[in-house]
Parts: sequence; structure tokens; C-alpha cells
Amino acid sequence: MAVNLFFFSIFPGLLFLAVTGAFLSWFDRKISARVQFRKGPPLLQPFYDFFKLLLVKETILPKHGSRFIFLLAPVLAVFGATMAGVFILLPVLNINTGFRGDMLVIFYLLTLPSFSYILGSLASGNPLAAVGGSREMKLIISYELTFLLLIAAVIMKTGQHFDLKTVIETQQAGHPFIGSISGVLLFIAGIFCIQAKLAMVPFDMPEAEAELASGIYIEYSGPPYAMIKLAKYIMLFILPAFLVALLMNGMKPGIGIVWAVLKILGVVLLLILIKNTNPRVKIKQAFSFFFIWMNLIVVVAIVLIVFGL
Amino acid sequence: MGFKDYCFRKSLWVFHFGGASCNNCDIEILDCLTPRHDLERFGILLVGSIRHADVLLVNGSINTRDRSRLIELYHQAPKPLLVVAVGACGCTGGIFAEGITFAGPVDAIIPVDAYIPGCPPKPEAIISAIVKLAGKK
Repeated sequence: MAVNLFFFSIFPGLLFLAVTGAFLSWFDRKISARVQFRKGPPLLQPFYDFFKLLLVKETILPKHGSRFIFLLAPVLAVFGATMAGVFILLPVLNINTGFRGDMLVIFYLLTLPSFSYILGSLASGNPLAAVGGSREMKLIISYELTFLLLIAAVIMKTGQHFDLKTVIETQQAGHPFIGSISGVLLFIAGIFCIQAKLAMVPFDMPEAEAELASGIYIEYSGPPYAMIKLAKYIMLFILPAFLVALLMNGMKPGIGIVWAVLKILGVVLLLILIKNTNPRVKIKQAFSFFFIWMNLIVVVAIVLIVFGL
Repeated sequence: MGFKDYCFRKSLWVFHFGGASCNNCDIEILDCLTPRHDLERFGILLVGSIRHADVLLVNGSINTRDRSRLIELYHQAPKPLLVVAVGACGCTGGIFAEGITFAGPVDAIIPVDAYIPGCPPKPEAIISAIVKLAGKK
């Protein structure tokens, strides 16, 4: 019991995920600044932002709307992201949970932040937030099928094992899945799914700084917005970690820790570069992008896996 | 300066309110965010929603129609909030001070924490004001 509490609140749990995610968020802003030939924020900037929102700013509740759900949604987002992070990181750290079928639980937990953003935005009673919420819904519909197919493809490649630990052990015993043609195709689809899950620029229509004025988060201020920031920091860490665990053999002990960190930084760097070099697509374009092209890529990968490539 | 205050000064998010501006100040404010001046070094971001703002940046002369909107925005923002008046029009009214639609300089409507005079102020002047604001107790 005490060990589980430690897992969920401190080491692979909330504290570790939050600190790592905050540094990755700094990495994101710094690389974006360097791409635009700017200097960028200082190292502790995400912590300043978080503590400013949490400790200094006032919370404003919407007059017309459901206040309870409005305040519940950020907590739910942090909860979902933390649980998913713990379930992803325990197998990566080679701790046996004895939990068969955790990949499907991770899949559902990873959608929880997006769902709670929708709940919060619709509960705020703001029309711009409602537009953002409906866009987020369409985005979820478009990328979730691809993400599920990707996980199914990895499960097929492992030989019908539903737990993340076996996936990592199979790769460490043989060679990483990304070394094959189907692995490369799955990696491409995975990168775009993560981009959409994080609502980064080609798929940032729910936030839409330009016309919706940060859309789904428009009514949040103070501590609830700090919770949303925290959930976003955690998601920025665990989604690349999940992709590394699925396709790039997770983490080996010893010097492998450095490799694992470099792999996660590499995936995040790729995401940031895509974010900085692309304009936003329309929701219809995102829909057809995922439904036609990404699903096609994953299905081709599954066919290749059946033929053992 | 306590921990809370330090975090607040290191992460000022700016919401830009343009009154009846001639756009010169707007151009200079946008200049501060360009690669040459880059205000993100000080943790300053431009935000789209007043609910996220720590600084309300007001420029241009405030006429009778802007007045109610400025007051509404001021009440919509979460406190603590710093208000900065940019340019001659924001500080005093400038050449519009005698106009019939002029509704008073910004500090006659809401409390102002910093004034940046100039028509338009140079980006260096705006950065200097921001640094002073961040060091202000």
C-alpha cells in the first residue's frame, strides 16, 4: 500500500512526472525560440508560470455554467495524465506490476485529459470555449482510431501480448520494432497522433490563439489553469515516453538510462520541429489526414507485420 | 521579495488592449516580441484571454466607446493585475486630449502602475519599463 502510494505520488508518479514535464516544456519553448532566432525563456520558466498561477492569481468562476464540473475538469485531467504516466513508466523502469492488459488501460487513461478539457470548456458557458470544445471532440474522433490501430499493431508484432512489459522485453531480447519497415510506418503515425493529442500546431484548433483566444481554456484562471498547465506538462513527457516504450525498446539499466533520455528528447525535438515549421490545418483536413492517410499507413504496417516484415 | 512575488514578477503574461490607436504603438509593442528584442527572455508572453493576463497593456487614446470596454476588461481580469499605459495617448491623451470623443487618459478610468511615454515609445523604452515593473515592490 505504502509502495503504491509512493509510486503514484512521488517517483514515477505526480512529482517526478510534473518536474520532468516542466523541464520538457522549457525545452519546447527554448527550441521554438532558437528556431525563430530568439533567445528564449530561462530554465525555471515553467515553474514560475505554474507557481504564479497556483499561488498568486485569483480564481474566477463563470456566472452562467456549472461551477462544480468547471473546477472538477482540471483535477480529472491531472489525475488521468498521472495514472497513465505511472502505468507507462512502471514497465519502462522494469518494475513488475503483474497487470496483464495494461496497454488498453493506458489508451483509455490517455484520452481522459482531452475529455476533461471538453467537459470544462462546455461547463464554462463561454461560446468561444464551446467552439473549442466541439473542435477538440472532432479531433479526438479523428486521431483515436489511428492510435488504437497503432497499439493493435504493436500487440500483433509482440505476438498477442497485451502488457507493456512484455512488449519492452520482446524488443530488448530481439531488436527494437523501429528497425523494421512496419516499425518506421508506425513511428510516423505515432508522431502525428501525439502531435494531435498534445494539440500542437498543425492540430491546435481547439486552442486556436488567433481566432478563439485560447479556446477551451479561455475561462480558466488561477489554480484551475495551473492544474491544466500541469496536465499539459505531464502529457508532454508521457506520450513520447509511451512511443519510446512501444517502438524503441524502452530503457535498459546502466548506460541505457542516458539512451532512454536521449530517445525521449529526440522524439520531443521532432514534435517541436513539426510544430514550428507547419501552419494549422482546418478540422476537415485533420479529419481526412488521420482517417485516410494515417489509418492507411497503420493498416499497411499491420499487413507487413502479418508477413513478418 | 517573497517567493510568490518573485514567481509573479518572473512570469508576466500580457493582454494587449488597443484603444483608438493610430497603430504606431501597436507596431512598437509587437517589435518587442521579435527576435531582436525578444521579451520572452523575461518570461513575458502575449495571451489571448484576459483571464490569463497579469498585465493589461493599454495604448491609444480612450474614447467614449472604449471606456466601458476597458472598465469591463479590468473587472474581468484575475487580480493581482498590473496596468501599463503605453504612448503619449495612453499616458495623457496626447494630441487627442481636446477631442470631443475623448474620455480621459487611462489613469482617469482605471489605476495605472506604469507609464511609458513617447509617440511612439521605442522598444528599448518598453523593455526598460518592463524591467522596472518586474523589479517594483
